[in-house]
Amino acid sequence: MGELVGTSPCAGVLPLTIGDVQAVEVELGHLTSIAPFAGQATAASVALEAAHGMPLPKANCTTGKEGARAIWFGRDMALLAGPTCDPAVAKHAALTDQSDAWAAVTLSGPSAEDVLARLVPVDLRSVSFKRGHTARTLLKHMNGSVTRLGPESFLILVFRSMARTLAHDLKEAMEAVAARG
Amino acid sequence: MRIDGKGLIDRAQPLRFQFEGIGHTGFEGDTLASALLAKGVRLMGRSFKYHRPRGVLTAGSEEPNALVTIGRGAAQEPNVRATMLEIYDGLDARAQNAWPSLRADAMAINDVAWPFLGAGFYYKTFMWPRGFWERLYEPLIRRAAGLGALSGAHHPDRSEKAYAFCDLLVIGSGPAGLAAALTAGRAGADVLLVEEDSLFGGRLNAETFEVDGLAGPDWAAQTVAELRDMENVRLMTRTCVVGAYDHGTYAAVERVGPHGARRPEGGVAETFWRIVAKRAILAAGAIERPVAFENNDRPGIMTASAVRAYLNRWGVASGQRVAVFGNNDDAHRTAVDLEAAGVEVAALIDSRAEIAPPDLNCPVYAGAMVTGSAGRLGLKRISVKTGRGNKDIEVDCLAMSGGWNPTVHLTCHMNGRPTWRADIASFVPTPGSIPGLVTAGACNGDFSTQACLKAGAEAAAAVLKDLGLKASGGARLAEAEDSPYRIAPLWAVPGTGRAWLDFQNDVTVKDVKQAAVENFRSVEHMKRYTTQGMATDQGKNSNVAALALLADATGRGIPETGTTTFRPPFSPVSLATFGAGAQGIGFAPQRLTTSHGESIARGAPMIEAGLWYRPSYFPQKGETHWRQSCDREVGYVRKAVGVCDVSTLGKIDLQGPGAAELLDFVYTNTFSTLKVGRVRYGLMLREDGFVMDDGTTARLGDQHYVMTTTTAAAGAVMRHLYFVHQALCPHLDVRFTSVTEQWAQFAVAGPKSRELLNGLLDQPVDNETWPFMACGDMAIGGIPGRLFRISFSGEHAYEVAVPARYGESLFKRLVARAEAMGGGAYGMEALNVLRIEKGHITHAEIHGRTTAFDIGFARMLSAKKDCIGKTMAAREGLVDPGRERLVGLKPVGGDSVLSAGAHLFDTGVAMTRETSLGYTTSAVFSPTLGHHIALGFLQRGPERMGEVIRCFDHMRGLEAEVEVCPPVFVDPDGGRTRG
Amino acid sequence: MRLTCPICGARDRREFYYQGDAVALDRPAPGAGVQAWDDYVHLRDNPAGPRRELWHHEAGCGAWLVVERNTTTHEVHGVTLAMAVAEARR
Ligand SMILES: [Zn+2]
Repeated sequence: MGELVGTSPCAGVLPLTIGDVQAVEVELGHLTSIAPFAGQATAASVALEAAHGMPLPKANCTTGKEGARAIWFGRDMALLAGPTCDPAVAKHAALTDQSDAWAAVTLSGPSAEDVLARLVPVDLRSVSFKRGHTARTLLKHMNGSVTRLGPESFLILVFRSMARTLAHDLKEAMEAVAARG
Repeated sequence: MRIDGKGLIDRAQPLRFQFEGIGHTGFEGDTLASALLAKGVRLMGRSFKYHRPRGVLTAGSEEPNALVTIGRGAAQEPNVRATMLEIYDGLDARAQNAWPSLRADAMAINDVAWPFLGAGFYYKTFMWPRGFWERLYEPLIRRAAGLGALSGAHHPDRSEKAYAFCDLLVIGSGPAGLAAALTAGRAGADVLLVEEDSLFGGRLNAETFEVDGLAGPDWAAQTVAELRDMENVRLMTRTCVVGAYDHGTYAAVERVGPHGARRPEGGVAETFWRIVAKRAILAAGAIERPVAFENNDRPGIMTASAVRAYLNRWGVASGQRVAVFGNNDDAHRTAVDLEAAGVEVAALIDSRAEIAPPDLNCPVYAGAMVTGSAGRLGLKRISVKTGRGNKDIEVDCLAMSGGWNPTVHLTCHMNGRPTWRADIASFVPTPGSIPGLVTAGACNGDFSTQACLKAGAEAAAAVLKDLGLKASGGARLAEAEDSPYRIAPLWAVPGTGRAWLDFQNDVTVKDVKQAAVENFRSVEHMKRYTTQGMATDQGKNSNVAALALLADATGRGIPETGTTTFRPPFSPVSLATFGAGAQGIGFAPQRLTTSHGESIARGAPMIEAGLWYRPSYFPQKGETHWRQSCDREVGYVRKAVGVCDVSTLGKIDLQGPGAAELLDFVYTNTFSTLKVGRVRYGLMLREDGFVMDDGTTARLGDQHYVMTTTTAAAGAVMRHLYFVHQALCPHLDVRFTSVTEQWAQFAVAGPKSRELLNGLLDQPVDNETWPFMACGDMAIGGIPGRLFRISFSGEHAYEVAVPARYGESLFKRLVARAEAMGGGAYGMEALNVLRIEKGHITHAEIHGRTTAFDIGFARMLSAKKDCIGKTMAAREGLVDPGRERLVGLKPVGGDSVLSAGAHLFDTGVAMTRETSLGYTTSAVFSPTLGHHIALGFLQRGPERMGEVIRCFDHMRGLEAEVEVCPPVFVDPDGGRTRG
Repeated sequence: MRLTCPICGARDRREFYYQGDAVALDRPAPGAGVQAWDDYVHLRDNPAGPRRELWHHEAGCGAWLVVERNTTTHEVHGVTLAMAVAEARR
């Protein structure tokens, strides 16, 4: 018997292009949740910056850039996406490997905002949700994370087990938006 | 009849449609109502109760009469208002509530029987004999009642929900709404302008007013064009705001796609919007009210504003010879507009003696009233009582006006009550009824165009100030007519015949008076007794008149009588739209394990476990019953090795110096003493002392644990941990996060489980390094994972966890290896049998009403520490030996079938609810033992071991003699588990 | 209905899980006696007017919140992190 074979969460259900919007699964690399211990937020941020070049993000924000991004991920928690988290950070924060826990999808195109307006109960228009802003919120019925990557581009994370539902919900919303022409 | 040169329709775009099977042609811009009126079709429906012939009354969403059914087959859609339905090529509309035909409706017999069918008829008649209600009356009434019919099939249309956010929501786009949007838009506010109609402009499109020297529709179009150019303004037509809710939330329904074949693929019929607005301006306008007089419901009798709307907006004369009847100056304009368009006006009749009529060719009767009408399927004649005697006038259309009711409805959605204004004989909104919402224009009682423009601009200026924005300087208010609104109340013309108030529910003036006579004096009682205002138009056309008449009949004033409560939705919303997106698999997310595809490929029927889908069993060729598969799979585990996906169990990663203390506090037993590399079973209570959940927790490091929850309680336990940490133990330095999704975890269970793993894992395992309840890291082909030696089946077993991306691959390999060893995959049915044989509990047993004492785990409550639920679990009643406590049950003689949910009784007693001593929670056929077994709760259970009692399932009619036994049926010493 | 989470900002009510009265923060000592525990676990007032409640921002940041809300007007007067309230007590 050969090696164990890895399967991506959205295999078989993405990509999708409908109208002017594309939904594409992305490989973010390692995902590590970083939860600084009591009173250690600054130290953890310093350690993270020293190792990976970006501090811990403030609430509802991201730091870093494509390839190495820290996404605010909830109360006292950030998600490092990209590199394996440097063990030096572990002195100040609980590190948990979540590389396989999330389905990661980018939604992009001129109508991406309109598609998300059908799924997310948060104002994601560029006036209030700027590049680098992130929200822990709902995608229809699913808990998830939404980050604005650019003027017409968002990163969506939902539980891996719900990847198929995400694809379904995106598809319906994309179809409805596209049909408006 | 179409009037040349009038109307906002596109005569270059003819559209063909059918009504009642007859083909007609209308134009782009027509509603079904305007297109039918243009063809002289006045009869459009039958009334609800008396099946009276009815025509269109209004030109808006308040329409009570002209309801039609469109579409065929599954796409059939009833109760579509002809006044709101934009026609399209191929539209197929039918009248409702008429059989065999609209012109000859058999149920019109009700109209002859009317003296017996007045208010309270149903209450009085269908009282006795009692038994008749279910068998006769209810089916009879149900058949007779209701308007359109649903197809009963799944409607192919799709609707959707969406969210919108704005600084300022402007509801309505008449002069007030447009002025408000313009003022706010020019100042840079983030504005959402929402209009129910397909066209912006409100009454400007229906009247002959001028604004700033432009025709009303032209000014509206010009203003909309300016708004459209603003990036900060969004415009929505065909969108009705149907509800106002807390904290600036509004519900709106948008009619998106044209009906039928013209809708693009994937397009939706309607969008249910949830709009969040910092501020809102309600500029919803007003609705004209009819006047009640005898037979005021004949096709051809319409509100005056509707007659003007059909004339000015759609270029349609509603009749060839029209009379106008009103109690206010506004009605006079109907005669003016009609004459200007060349339509013959037979008379202007005004109930007021002192009037200053405009220049008209027609006779004007002041101090006169219409007292009756004739024409069964359409108006032929009206009777007029003038100061000089009675007079019959031949007309085919009567435009009537009882004045205007401001559209206050939304302001009442949060318990607000409108305020009576005697000068306009109407209710107006009470300021502050909806936090953040102000009203402007006709909905606030401003009835001239100029007043509306001014009110809209001023309301917007005030909102801008609230939002910290400045109105752009120098903006001049547009100029328009500013004629005063003069009215003298006229609710009903005196008479003896039936004068209609609520056209949709067939409520007459008499019915309201009858209610007062029978002492239904409260407006809410009158409403329910007569059904006044309870139809889909919610009394928009009739409520004010009805309560004015009730006030009169009870000798009170209108303000004292008050209004009924206006509730959302303002306009009817289909259930499909409310439930948009929640049909089929959109109803809830599906959580799929990594082995899902392989399970499906193996033909496993999937069952839902919360949001998860898990395989019931894996059928093999020749098996015809699930029990055959299940028994075989149980055999794998008991005799060889079985593989089962257990990834759905909740897994929570806890780290930090306070992790051990937190676990000690949430579990009844102690985890701070657990050795690294070991697993312990834990029991979690609610604070009231009842069992919340159970599971195993592994210590991976000094300050690092992984907790397992049941599949069902994973979310609740996570929430509980957050609560305990944040609210009760904020001093604990602990961090936790769910890792349920990170790991794909498989049970490998059975005497050959170790053999299966050895050869797969990079390092082989043995009993010394991996004893029962050991845990630690392992690797498969260099891929790191975790191994737990735990057992839910009671066999020698392991759980193997790998990062989820490898789950599918590992599952296939485990199953292949198991199959080579005489075992294979097992599903939920076998898992359930195995755990019941072993006496392991699930939420069937810890169902929220059982304590640790009940399940025989009282000793798990550590005496050395406090924990959640400990104090309350010690309450006298919760440790009473007389409680129903966990036992095993097996049929005496071995042949009987046991079922879950059966009740337990002493032998020889009548088996009733009162004599029940307990119940079964789980029951299966045990292939290992060859008979049924059950777990259950029995009063004094542990004291009754070996006794024979009776088990009776009243639902299924199953009865059995059972022996009370310990709940562990297989391997009570645990030798197999440890071996 | 909307609640303003001190961490995430104003959010739709469907992101939140409702628990009940904020009395759940005042856990009695184990030996506080039957009455105190009965009050804590079971007895709740049902006020028409202002009250303090616990909500969980379940679909957001995960924080437990103390929400001051008027049950008659539906006004929300304040939202605080439960952890801050609990820490202030110690
Ligand atoms: Zn939050």
